Amino acid sequence: MAEAAGPPAAATPLLSAATRERIRTACARYPAARSAALPALWAAQDQLGHVPPEAMAEVAAELGIGAAEVEAVATFYAMYFRRPPGRHFIQVCTNVSCALRGAEGLLRHLEERLGIPDGGTTLDGAFTLESTVECLGACGGAPALQVDRYSHEDCTPDRVDRLLERLRAEPGPTGAPR
Amino acid sequence: MAAEELRILTRHLGAPGVTGLPGYEAVGGYRSLRRALGMTPEAITAEVKASGLRGRGGAAFPTATKWGFLPQDVFPRYLCVNADESEPGCFKDRVLLEELPHQLLEGTLIAAVALQASHAFLYVRGEYRAPRELLDRCVAEAYRAGYAGQGVAGSRFGCELVVHGGAGAYICGEETALLDSLEGLRGQPRLKPPFPAVRGLYGQPTVVNNVETLSNLPYIIEHGGAAYAALGTEASPGTRLFCVSGHVERPGTFEVPMGHTTFRDLIALAGGVRTGHVLKAMQPGGGSMQVLGPEHLDLALDFKAVADAGSSLGAGALVVMDETTCMVDVSMRLVDFYHHESCGKCVPCREGTYFESRLMHRLEAGLASADELLTLADICEHMEGRCFCPLGDTATWFVMSAYRRFADEFRAHCGAGCCPVRAAAEAAA
Repeated sequence: MAEAAGPPAAATPLLSAATRERIRTACARYPAARSAALPALWAAQDQLGHVPPEAMAEVAAELGIGAAEVEAVATFYAMYFRRPPGRHFIQVCTNVSCALRGAEGLLRHLEERLGIPDGGTTLDGAFTLESTVECLGACGGAPALQVDRYSHEDCTPDRVDRLLERLRAEPGPTGAPR
Repeated sequence: MAAEELRILTRHLGAPGVTGLPGYEAVGGYRSLRRALGMTPEAITAEVKASGLRGRGGAAFPTATKWGFLPQDVFPRYLCVNADESEPGCFKDRVLLEELPHQLLEGTLIAAVALQASHAFLYVRGEYRAPRELLDRCVAEAYRAGYAGQGVAGSRFGCELVVHGGAGAYICGEETALLDSLEGLRGQPRLKPPFPAVRGLYGQPTVVNNVETLSNLPYIIEHGGAAYAALGTEASPGTRLFCVSGHVERPGTFEVPMGHTTFRDLIALAGGVRTGHVLKAMQPGGGSMQVLGPEHLDLALDFKAVADAGSSLGAGALVVMDETTCMVDVSMRLVDFYHHESCGKCVPCREGTYFESRLMHRLEAGLASADELLTLADICEHMEGRCFCPLGDTATWFVMSAYRRFADEFRAHCGAGCCPVRAAAEAAA
């Protein structure tokens, strides 16, 4: 049988058995397996923290489509990381409703506290700070930010400082509001 | 008359345990689904038609009419629930997802019965991770209780519920882009016609309805379409969940009868414009819509009245701006948003939003010349009506309406070397 096209498979697959199982379960829920492209990429990113090209190839093999097709999808959607971000990914919403209630001041405060500009990652790899995010749909609690998977509303410098302190102590992406 | 909420859609909000199945059943949940299963699809659609329900995602298309476009006898058919809420200033669907998830599932299943859909896909925007995880748990509960899957509530009707998480793309709220995204592709809009009702998901007849639209169905089936229609006015039937944000004392969502409530009432419900300040401008509908001013405060929240004033109720937002607001800054943020979210499929939108954004940054920084305002108008003129989908059009609406209304403020930025509004605010402070 001819060799399959695409990047050579890694000696050890990146995706764990649990992730592959998640992908197969997702495929079975749709009339066409390809529909599971987004959930499969989520599964890969949940495991790896980002989606490197090798992982895209493995996702493609699971879905039965080409690696380039998966790459086309992965690079279209803003929430898939091609490179690993900091352990905690902080996104400050600076769209209108948040801007009217002090989002710029909040962003400046975070830049100062973390010692990095908007878009940067701290040297210890603990935090990445970003303000290019879609409106978070948290306008009722503006200014808002999202850390990893969860949003935090009515942010003040004090509350953000306490949040940073808690996050520093946490090893991986969580950041659920408390 | 003091402004009051009328809680229909949100009547069970805050009921004990209502985000779980037992709590939702305790307030009468899933009774409407059982009733719908005893009705013919035509009878369900007739009730929805009588209710006058119009889509709550922004386009306000009559729901029953949309359903009526499905061709006879073509199966399988699909229902997609648009929970890709990403319009700046909108957060009502999130409230319905987080607080009343089973009401949405019941409404979804009622629509699935009416459409005889084999699958209902709930497309939840990627940023709404926590609401999506809750919805996953609710869907699992619905399956265990027999409300989803084969033989819904003991009937012969079967429908699979699938929660699908997006991954950060505003354009996927456009219904054909949503379908491409659901098929595992880049979320780019499709050429219409054919409309999704004829050839949608996997080329099959498909209906895409918004979260709020579907969440209204349990009430309509329980009380009848006429009762729902009577809550609003003839032109704008029913109630609607509005999101009020910006410079108000208490931002939040408020459910009010349409047509009988004004912008002034809505702002009053949100505690009024923040203390010590006065209203300068407001944006109804979400980030896409045109700016209105204080003279529009007494306009009714009615599709036609707001359209006549040159704007739209859109997706049910209201962003309130007081006298400290720089309209160039607001315009720049919205233009940046559309630039970031342009899917890149068509040139006028992809390039237009890029040049618009660059120009607005120069203008806000006080670096643009007066001639560049003409360039801005020119760019927008070449975008509106010339883009593949409405995203490109809407990238021009707020900025051009703000430019017309606040022309002096835009001109004052030209060559000023800084933002004159911010400079004035800093000098006063």
